[in-house]
Amino acid sequence: MTPVVEIRNLHKSFGDLEVLRGIDLDVMQGEAVVLLGSSGSGKSTLLRCINFMEEPTDGRVRINGDLVGTERGGRMQYREAELCRLRTRVGMVFQHFNLFPHMTTLENVMEGQVIVLGRSKEEAKSKAMQQLSRVGLEDKAPEYPARLSGGQKQRVAIARALAMDPEVMLFDEVTSALDPELVGEVLKTMRQLAEEGMTMVCVTHEIGFAYHVANKVCFLHEGRILEQGEPQKILKSPDSTRVSEFLEGHSLFKLPD
Amino acid sequence: MQHNWNFASVFAYWDVLLIGLWGTVYIFAITCVLGLGFGLVVGMMRYSKAWWISYPARVFVEVFRNTPVLVQIIWFFFALPVVTGVEVSAFTAAALGITLNTIAFSAEVFRGGIQSIEREQWEAGKAIGMNYAQTMRRIILYQALKRMLPPLTSRGIEVFKMSTLASVVAYSETLHQAKLIASYEFNPIEAYTVVAIMFFLVLLPLVQLTYVLERRFGKSD
Ligand SMILES: Nc1ncnc2c1ncn2[C@@H]1O[C@H](COP(=O)(O)OP(=O)(O)OP(=O)(O)O)[C@@H](O)[C@H]1O
Ligand SMILES: [Mg+2]
Repeated sequence: MTPVVEIRNLHKSFGDLEVLRGIDLDVMQGEAVVLLGSSGSGKSTLLRCINFMEEPTDGRVRINGDLVGTERGGRMQYREAELCRLRTRVGMVFQHFNLFPHMTTLENVMEGQVIVLGRSKEEAKSKAMQQLSRVGLEDKAPEYPARLSGGQKQRVAIARALAMDPEVMLFDEVTSALDPELVGEVLKTMRQLAEEGMTMVCVTHEIGFAYHVANKVCFLHEGRILEQGEPQKILKSPDSTRVSEFLEGHSLFKLPD
Repeated sequence: MQHNWNFASVFAYWDVLLIGLWGTVYIFAITCVLGLGFGLVVGMMRYSKAWWISYPARVFVEVFRNTPVLVQIIWFFFALPVVTGVEVSAFTAAALGITLNTIAFSAEVFRGGIQSIEREQWEAGKAIGMNYAQTMRRIILYQALKRMLPPLTSRGIEVFKMSTLASVVAYSETLHQAKLIASYEFNPIEAYTVVAIMFFLVLLPLVQLTYVLERRFGKSD
């Protein structure tokens, strides 16, 4: 079976700083992968290399078998148009929501469908309402983002990404900027997506989410995947002392026995 | 000092003043539209990462922002025909000077406004597959325009008043017409007072209009 995301020997440097030092990762259809790792270990950079918000310095990325970029003289070259098309297939949700403040909730979710995918207004609207009800916010359709709570904003951002019918969704610490009492509603939405079979890659510090929802947990350290496997294994009896130290240092670390 | 105020001697020439008012509005409309339109283009060029686009725009801005419009108008009227051999009308010279200055100033406002939009908005547009032009047009410019409305409004007011500089080459705008009246009737104090009042009466409602615009833009807050 072809993986939805196939990453081979991925490297990324910013100037002299080598942030990713050879990542190999497969994400299969319907899998939820959680990336763990201390600050600066390269989690965000890895996510951003999957939808090419950052261009890898070296390595290959395939989405459902399609190689991104064209090879010329041993180096990959990426064209803007190709990357734009790719990003419609790979949805991304950010820590700070990044909704368009000048558009209503509904318009936020319609925007990409109309402008990028060229869907008609009516089709985009009915698709948008469908996604908004999926995240439980159809009654907020006419509101502007400024009138929504943080948790609601994040769910709209998820709906906005889903409306593009992506093949995989990327989540970068999407609950980190939320008040504690709003974290639950967003995690619940993500869990529901996973249960519906959405393929997703999540950077999160919510160990409980990783334990209950993820099919696979990867621990990143200094730009490499130090350890990966089933959450029960990685989170309860990791091979590496680094991983156990990381988990012990985690205040939120609380697993059911 | 004793002065017998005699406004009737000005109002007797209401038709002369009306021609002036038309001249003012006309040159304002043209210089404002061209100035803001090309200002947006030059501002976006200034924002470009390619030096061969941003550098000429920068030179343009600095040249026309840092030379007096009055001198430019005089130069276009008297020197340009000498250099190019093409006659330049008073209107063209004045409109050229005011427009170039407005382009330079509004380009800086546009550049600042575009720069003030957070990087995250670019990323959000990019993440749903929008290209540079789509993100700029749909996401960035709209939000930037909202922030730029106050400085652009004061620029517009400035341009309207700057039109009086066209009187230096005898273009028939309000101030020039008032000068004519003053020279027939020897009533410069009254004539110029009327000019000031006329400008105030035209500008005040125009400014109200921009408040309406600001409210419209502000409905998402
Ligand atoms: N655009 C950039 N330019 C230069 N350096 C960058 C850039 N983006 C990230 N880095 C650097 O790359 C390293 C990894 O950053 P990254 O954001 O991927 O870490 P992270 O694992 O997501 O950390 P955190 O948990 O704090 O979000 C950091 O040292 C960071 O300073
Ligand atoms: Mg990060």
